[in-house]
Amino acid sequence: MSLEVVMLLAAALLCAGLFGALTQQSIVMLMMGLELMLGGVIVAAAGAWHYIAPGSADGQVIVIVAVTAMALEMAMGFAIVTALFRKREIDMTDMAAELKG
Amino acid sequence: MLSDGAFYVLSVLAVASGGLVFVFDSMARATFSLLTSLLCVAGVVILLGLDYLGIVIVLMMTIEMAIMAVFMIMYMMNPAGLMPMTMVHNAKGAGLICGVLFALLVAGIFLAPWPAIKGRPPEDVTMDLGLSLMGPQMLTMMTLGMALFATIVSSVVLATRRGRYDRLGDDLDAEAADDPVRGGVGR
Repeated sequence: MSLEVVMLLAAALLCAGLFGALTQQSIVMLMMGLELMLGGVIVAAAGAWHYIAPGSADGQVIVIVAVTAMALEMAMGFAIVTALFRKREIDMTDMAAELKG
Repeated sequence: MLSDGAFYVLSVLAVASGGLVFVFDSMARATFSLLTSLLCVAGVVILLGLDYLGIVIVLMMTIEMAIMAVFMIMYMMNPAGLMPMTMVHNAKGAGLICGVLFALLVAGIFLAPWPAIKGRPPEDVTMDLGLSLMGPQMLTMMTLGMALFATIVSSVVLATRRGRYDRLGDDLDAEAADDPVRGGVGR
């Protein structure tokens, strides 16, 4: 176990999550990809705390922020899917493209 | 040595089940695969010496994925995965982007001049976190609190079927509320 290996795991999780977030058409599946990416962030923050700066709690605070971001993302994502579905029976990203730039 | 082995097992499991999320046909299976991946992440966090945060992640993710499974089954047309299906767009482009990003990250990980370890973990790691959140990181804690509160408000607003603007007009100045059923005594 070393910093590099832990960061490698974080990078793998981040890229797997990004692949899901980019490819999945279902909004709920897209959110699962985002969760996976944030899981990678958690691993990276814990690794940085353990191998670079265990003396300060800043790494732990980043883990807290990432976990909170996961919870917020889930809650807001489901609220938006519910609102979209109620208005127009949409649960796919391609059908909800009005705000596309 | 034992924790080394556990780390590698957990890492492989985390990445494998994370990848399987997007392979399974069944939405329920995908959700529980994601749960496995995040539980392995929690295990890695515990192995790195952050017991409290690891347990918090286990508890939060278990509940989150249980809720997610309910939503998945509500919204997906193929919740049980009885027929094969793929619902992806632009898989090739995304694969290319992710491959390049992974290569870049790996190069960065091995080429970066990581700083030497500074300080030693305190006796009580959790106590250290608590003191930090209530002290120098208070602003972070308050921001998180406000963000959580804003999420509660906005998710309720989004999930409401008929709010006051539907009943009383955009300027809230309608003579009588526009309700599908007339209310009041003796209707």
